[in-house]
Amino acid sequence: MKYLDEFGDPELARGLVEEILARATRRWTVMEVCGGQTHSLVRNGIDELLAGSVEFVHGPGCPVCVTPLETIDRALAIASRPEVTLCSFGDMLRVPGSHQDLFQVRAQGGDVRVVYSPLDAVRVAEAEPGREVVFFAVGFETTAPANAMAVVRARELGVENFSMIVSHVLVPPAMNAILSSPRRRVEGFLAAGHVCTVMGTAQYDAIVDDFGVPVVVAGFEALDLLDATRRVVAQLEAGEARLENAYERAVSREGNPRARAVLAEVFALCDRTWRGIGTIPRSGWRLSDAYRDYDAELRFDVGDVHAVESPQCRAGEVLQGLVTPDSCEAFGTTCTPRRPLGATMVSGEGACAAYYRYRSAGMTVRSPGRG
Amino acid sequence: MCLGLPGRVVEVVDDRGTPMAVVDFGGVTKQICCAYLPDIAVGEYAIVHAGFALARLDEAAALETLALLRSLGSVADEVGPGGAQAMA
Repeated sequence: MKYLDEFGDPELARGLVEEILARATRRWTVMEVCGGQTHSLVRNGIDELLAGSVEFVHGPGCPVCVTPLETIDRALAIASRPEVTLCSFGDMLRVPGSHQDLFQVRAQGGDVRVVYSPLDAVRVAEAEPGREVVFFAVGFETTAPANAMAVVRARELGVENFSMIVSHVLVPPAMNAILSSPRRRVEGFLAAGHVCTVMGTAQYDAIVDDFGVPVVVAGFEALDLLDATRRVVAQLEAGEARLENAYERAVSREGNPRARAVLAEVFALCDRTWRGIGTIPRSGWRLSDAYRDYDAELRFDVGDVHAVESPQCRAGEVLQGLVTPDSCEAFGTTCTPRRPLGATMVSGEGACAAYYRYRSAGMTVRSPGRG
Repeated sequence: MCLGLPGRVVEVVDDRGTPMAVVDFGGVTKQICCAYLPDIAVGEYAIVHAGFALARLDEAAALETLALLRSLGSVADEVGPGGAQAMA
């Protein structure tokens, strides 16, 4: 398809791989922030092709992976109530809570439905006024505009039996936290292109200035990722740190002003706990005071939730780029996408799932010579 | 959930005041909300996330990027022999 095929051109990709390998005088550590980019890098074998020149550290940009266990447990408790229909994106269903997941709640008679868009959940509420319809609103700045519009639309339509469990997370505070860590290894970033379609690129100026790291906005196809990596390496080799946009066909400096205006109205900044990472100040969105009446956690009292993490799972270290998924003992043995111990093995954006899917079947990619 | 995909607008429709579009993702079509991109037109491409069009794809910028990458390819040819043997 247009805009996909051209940016996967193997001929041009070879040229970019050679260019990066030829220019790098040492091995640089670069983080791709978004889990969608992790999957594309691993699926295309880009991380292996560039292994001599670039170490890709996989970032925390997987919404399913970083949603706190307490929030999952509360969603499970709300979904178990007889009057509730819980609507969710499909990849949340298999995420393990402390004791069960949404699939198990459904098997026990809970009304759990998968929707493609949060507007579908509003439609369910409209069509079934006798049900309390709750949407599980997680995600980054990319999903937030859709979730925000769901409550705006519910209010416009006078739909009162609709509410949301909101656990939104934001990319720039996470990048700040990674760079502020005493264990910091990251020397440059591939910024998440689709987050920038909404929020624009200006929010990264401060990160470049404060930490002196190159930030290059990247798309998701092989050429997008290779071109952005080429630009990060060029900056690192020149001792420079700038913000560049390597995804100009989709990303503008100002992002999507309409979406940003609705986000500012519906959500308010809050501290947020990231699963496996900890609390990051002002790193999330909750419903603003103007929309608090749509907060499912205020509408349904689920009492105290005591979350219990799997003692075996190393997802927290994976999310911080401290270990690779395949260095975990549970990887591919007691932890698989079918029976995951942690959320990183569940999601289409999780690093463990990417390694399991593209690496564990004995797939190998030959590395190119250095020319 | 967090996967944004490019799709081509094949029809624009109004759903009780909300601009919607039928978008073709390489053969699969879906109804997409265009509240954040109300002026998108039939034939244009958009990045779609969770049922919402978030950004219009700029064809001129796409062609410019591809032209730049092609010119880099020829530079890499001059850099030396060898090269990627396998690219999935």
